[in-house]
Amino acid sequence: MAFDKRKIFNTAFFWGCRISTWGAILILGILIYHIVKQGYPWISENFITNFPSRFPHKAGLKSALAGSLWVISFTALIVVPLGVSTSIFLEEYAPRKRYMRWIQINISNLAGMPSIIYGLLGLAIFVRFFNLDRSIWAGALTLSLLVLPVIVIASQGAIRSVPQSIRDAGYALGARKWQVVFQQVIPAAMPGIMTGVILSTSRAIGETAPLIIIGALSYVAYLPEGPMDSFTVLPVQIYNWASRPQESFHGLAAAGIMVLLTILFIMNFIAVYIRQKFTKFKY
Amino acid sequence: MKVFKLVILMVGFFSLTPNVYSAVKGTVRVDGSSTVFPITEAVAEEFGKEHRKVRVTVGVSGTGGGFKKFTIGEIDINDASRRIKAKEIKKAKKNGVKYLELAVAYDGITVVVNPKNTWVSHLTRTELKKIWQPGSKVKTWKDVRPNWPDRKIRLYGPGTDSGTFDYFTEAINGKSHVSRSDFTKSEDDNVLVQGVGGDLDSLGFFGFAYYVENKKRVRAVPIDDGKGPVMPTLTSINNGTYSPLSRPIFIYVNKIGAKKAQVNKFVKYYLNNAPQLVKEVGYVPLRAEEYQAGLKKFSEFAAL
Repeated sequence: MAFDKRKIFNTAFFWGCRISTWGAILILGILIYHIVKQGYPWISENFITNFPSRFPHKAGLKSALAGSLWVISFTALIVVPLGVSTSIFLEEYAPRKRYMRWIQINISNLAGMPSIIYGLLGLAIFVRFFNLDRSIWAGALTLSLLVLPVIVIASQGAIRSVPQSIRDAGYALGARKWQVVFQQVIPAAMPGIMTGVILSTSRAIGETAPLIIIGALSYVAYLPEGPMDSFTVLPVQIYNWASRPQESFHGLAAAGIMVLLTILFIMNFIAVYIRQKFTKFKY
Repeated sequence: MKVFKLVILMVGFFSLTPNVYSAVKGTVRVDGSSTVFPITEAVAEEFGKEHRKVRVTVGVSGTGGGFKKFTIGEIDINDASRRIKAKEIKKAKKNGVKYLELAVAYDGITVVVNPKNTWVSHLTRTELKKIWQPGSKVKTWKDVRPNWPDRKIRLYGPGTDSGTFDYFTEAINGKSHVSRSDFTKSEDDNVLVQGVGGDLDSLGFFGFAYYVENKKRVRAVPIDDGKGPVMPTLTSINNGTYSPLSRPIFIYVNKIGAKKAQVNKFVKYYLNNAPQLVKEVGYVPLRAEEYQAGLKKFSEFAAL
């Protein structure tokens, strides 16, 4: 009898896992189906090349798309060197002392903070104190704060997974520490680091709350020409359309979500590609 | 012939366009209420076609959020769905911000019920107060009027940060920002439409434009302010018979801004083109002479 009980439990557990997985996929499928159904009729060339308008058939997300690209590029520029060097320090150089553990715990906590808090911080520090106003700089710096902990943790994981034997081999050949780090550890950890960078920037591209707080605008009918220009981003534009009374604008919001999703898919695809392509180290 | 026509067209095009664009440059910074946003967006869109070099940016921080920036001089214009409060006036004075209030349109706060609701024919101001006042004892429809069914009443309204909420509570409860708190709140009026549309025992209120777009999902309730029940319509909101829930909505212009050529032009363009644009985005325009009076007030304000 005991055998039967185990068998039943085994089957039940298997089906439980299976149903959870397919349930999640099904819900995602339903969501995407509804968005595509509502948004597809609004996808056109005009939608990409026009500025926002009060006439739904003339409205487009040119300025939001450009704003998103500006902000995300600057975020990546700020966050990649900072994040990667922080993780190198923490993994390779930092002494194993108690205060280091404290820093580690804090980084993990920061990664789980609600994004609106970063918005308030960005408003106080970048917009007001550094007087950056509602510029792309202010937006990019705020988003940098948001994704920095995530990148640090992802890069740390990647660096930690490089086997000690590789470092030892480097030292055995007489390499200095920085030579080992730069020529052995970082190239080996690169796929992991890049995946972390792309996944966290794709999180940043979908953020609305912190950018609304620092004053990303809802109506912008020009393209930013430099990092001190004010801007709008895709999620803010989508939010704006979704809260309009007219049904047509809800269609536009859905179309905007399709564009945003496409960008996210492309970014995730690049992450996967990099991982495949650059994994030359096989242990 | 074809080429000839094309040349004429092109010459016509190039000789026309330079006159259309003006030489005014700079930025016009607007922020504030999401209720006023569609109007300002429409004006900014049209204005931008004539003044290509002027950048008009419109944010949506809410009336109160906008005033926070306006009273420290961060923006030129604030979209406001209510009048400036005493606290905000004080702050503006402290920071040396001088401003002008200009009404740009009317909005009628619309009280709605589910379309399947058969018992509510109209509501009086007193009944609304009975329902919405702080500490209200109304739990069922029967509590409002004895011959209505003994069913639980469920309330929906905008979030407490919105100007619509402030205006409604002031008009109905006699004091701004004060009401019972056990109702479903959302900053997004579309959520309220959905809530009321899917709940037979619901009662809610929000801006007129949201009602116009959703006439199939919600039913507007005529309001009786002592002179018989009045439906919210373009006419009744404009002439004020839809009382006490028709309200003017405003833009506030900073004096330093008003002296800048681009802001000055923008505000004048706003008032000159409001009658048509306001209607296009689902609001009720003021009377023509009211816009003229606003223009005159603004010119004097900017000249001082």
